[in-house]
Amino acid sequence: MIQVLSGQLLIGLINGSFYALLSLGLAIIFGLLNVVNFAHGAQYMLGAFAAWMALHYWGVGYWWALILAPLAVGLFGLVFERLCLRRLQRLDPLYGLLLTFGLALVLEGLFQNAYGISGNSYPVPAALEGGTNLGFMYLPRYRAWVVLVSMTVCFTSWFVIEKTRLGAYLRAGTENPALLQAFGVNVPLMFSLTYGYGVALAAFAGVMAAPIYQVTPLMGSGVIMVVFAVVVIGGMGSIVGSIVTGLGLGLVEGLTKFLYPPASDVVVFVVMAIVLLLRPAGLFGRQR
Amino acid sequence: MRATRGSVPASAWAYALLIVLGLAAPFLIYPVFAMNVLCLALFACAFNLLLGYAGLLSFGHAAFLGSAAYLTGLAVKVWGLPIEIGILAGTAVAALLGLLFGALAIRRSGIYFAMITLGFAQMVYFLVLQAPWTGGEDGLQGIPRSKLLGLFGLSGNLPMYYFVFALFLLGFWVIHRTIHSPFGQVLRAIRENEPRAVSLGYDVDRYKLLAFVISAGLSGLAGSMKALVFQSATLSDVHWHRSGQVVLMTLLGGMGTPLGPFVGALLVVALENYLASYGSWVTVITGGVFMACVLAFRRGIVGEILALVKRSF
Repeated sequence: MIQVLSGQLLIGLINGSFYALLSLGLAIIFGLLNVVNFAHGAQYMLGAFAAWMALHYWGVGYWWALILAPLAVGLFGLVFERLCLRRLQRLDPLYGLLLTFGLALVLEGLFQNAYGISGNSYPVPAALEGGTNLGFMYLPRYRAWVVLVSMTVCFTSWFVIEKTRLGAYLRAGTENPALLQAFGVNVPLMFSLTYGYGVALAAFAGVMAAPIYQVTPLMGSGVIMVVFAVVVIGGMGSIVGSIVTGLGLGLVEGLTKFLYPPASDVVVFVVMAIVLLLRPAGLFGRQR
Repeated sequence: MRATRGSVPASAWAYALLIVLGLAAPFLIYPVFAMNVLCLALFACAFNLLLGYAGLLSFGHAAFLGSAAYLTGLAVKVWGLPIEIGILAGTAVAALLGLLFGALAIRRSGIYFAMITLGFAQMVYFLVLQAPWTGGEDGLQGIPRSKLLGLFGLSGNLPMYYFVFALFLLGFWVIHRTIHSPFGQVLRAIRENEPRAVSLGYDVDRYKLLAFVISAGLSGLAGSMKALVFQSATLSDVHWHRSGQVVLMTLLGGMGTPLGPFVGALLVVALENYLASYGSWVTVITGGVFMACVLAFRRGIVGEILALVKRSF
C-alpha cells in the first residue's frame, strides 16, 4: 500500500519537475516579451528528439546532448524570435499566441511525417542506471537525478532573476522596456536572448524526459496543455509561484492516480476551475 | 442603419447571391463536401461572434462542437429520439457547457482566457475518451438519419443538404441579428475599450457571458448537424486540433467580418480534402498558413478585400 502510494507520488514529483521547468520558461518569456509561447511543448519535443537523433545518427551520448540539444534548440528559438515574433511586438498578445501555435503545428507535423506517431525509446545513461532501496520504496537513480537537476536549474534561474544585475535588467524590462532602452540597454537583444533561454529550458526538459517517457512527435502537445493550466493556477507573475505550482500539481496528479486513477488526466483542470472560482488571479498572481 | 426607401444595400445583394449559390451548390459540387463546409462555416461564424465582435479568443470551442455531436448521436442512436429533439438536445448541452465554462473563464481576460478555455476543452476531451457510452477511440458510429418531423426522409444526401442549409441560414440569421442589435454594439464597445464600457455602467461580464453562451450554443448546433451529416461523432470533434482549426478559419477569412469565417471554412475544408492523402502534411501546411496569416495579412481575405474596396472608393 505505502509502496504504491510512494511510487505514484514519485512519478508525480517527476512530472511536477517537468511542469515546473516548463512553466518557468513560459513565465520568463511571458514576463518580458508578453508572449504566451504555445510552441513550448513542441520545443520540449524538439529537445528530446535532438537528443535521440544525436545518439541514433552520430553516437553522441546523453551528457553531451544535455548541453548541445538546449543550445541548438535555443538558437532556433532565437532566430525565430528575431525573424517572426519581433514583428508582432506592438500588437495584441493574442497574435503571438497564434503565431507560436502555428509554429507548434509545423514542428509537430514535420516530425510526425519523418518518424510517425509511435515512440522511440532512449536509454538511461550508464552512470545513472540502477537504483537504491529506501526500505519503503525503490528509488531509480535516474529519477532522483531528474528531480535534483530540475530543482537546481529552477533555483538557479530564480537566483539569477531575483538577485543579480542581469536579472535586474530583466525585471526592469518586464516593467518598462522603453525606459530601460533609454538607459542604454540593448533591449531588442535582451528579448531575443530571453526567448532563446526560455526555449532552451524547454529543450533541456525534453532531453531530461527522453529516458523516462517515449520520444514521440506528440509528446509536447499533451504536456503543454497541463502546463498552461499550471500557469493559470499559479499566475505568471512570480517565478517561485510557477515552480511551486508545477511541483504541487505533479504531486496532486500522483495522489489522484493512487486514489482514483481515471480522474488523473483531468484533476489539474478541475483544480484550475476551483482556483478560478475562489481566487481568480491565481495562487501567486496579482489581479490584472 | 436602414437603407433609404427604394434602394437595396449592397450587403443584401451579396446575401441574396449567396443564398442562390447555396441552393444550387449540391448540383455543382459533391453534397457531402458542401454540407461539411456549411457545418464548419456555422461553427466558424459562431466563433467569430466571440473573437471578432467581443474580442475574446477561445481556444476550446471544440468542446462545444464535440459534446453536441456526441449528445445528438446518443439521443438519436441509443435513445431512439427523433432528430429534431437530438439537435435541440445537442445545442442545449453545448449552451449549458458554455454557461459553465464561460462563467469561470471570463473571470480572467486576454491571454489567460485562451488558456482557460483550452484547459476546459482538454478536460472534455478526456471525459469523452473515458466515458463508457462514447465508444472511446472509435467514436459513435452509425447514427441514423431518421425522418424529419416523422415526415421527410433525410437518408438521401440532397434532402439532407437542404435541411443542413436551412439550419445554417437559421444560425447565420441569429448571429446577424446579434451583431446588429444594441447588444452587439455593446460587445464591440467592450472589445474596443473595456474600462470605458464599465464606466458607462454596462455589466461587462454579463455581456461577455451571454456572447459566450450564444457562441457555444451555435457551435453546438453545428456539431449536431455534423453528427447527422457524417452519421458519426468522433474524438477528432473534441480534439484541440478542431479548436485550432476554427481559429484558423476565422483568421484566414477575416475576423470581425460577417462573411469571413464562411470563406475561411470553405478554403480550409477544401485544403484538407485536397491534402487528405498526404498524412501529416496537412498539419504542417495548416501551421504554415497560420503563421503566414498572423505575419502578413491579419485582416484575413474578406477583411483585406473590404479594406481595398474602402480605399478605392
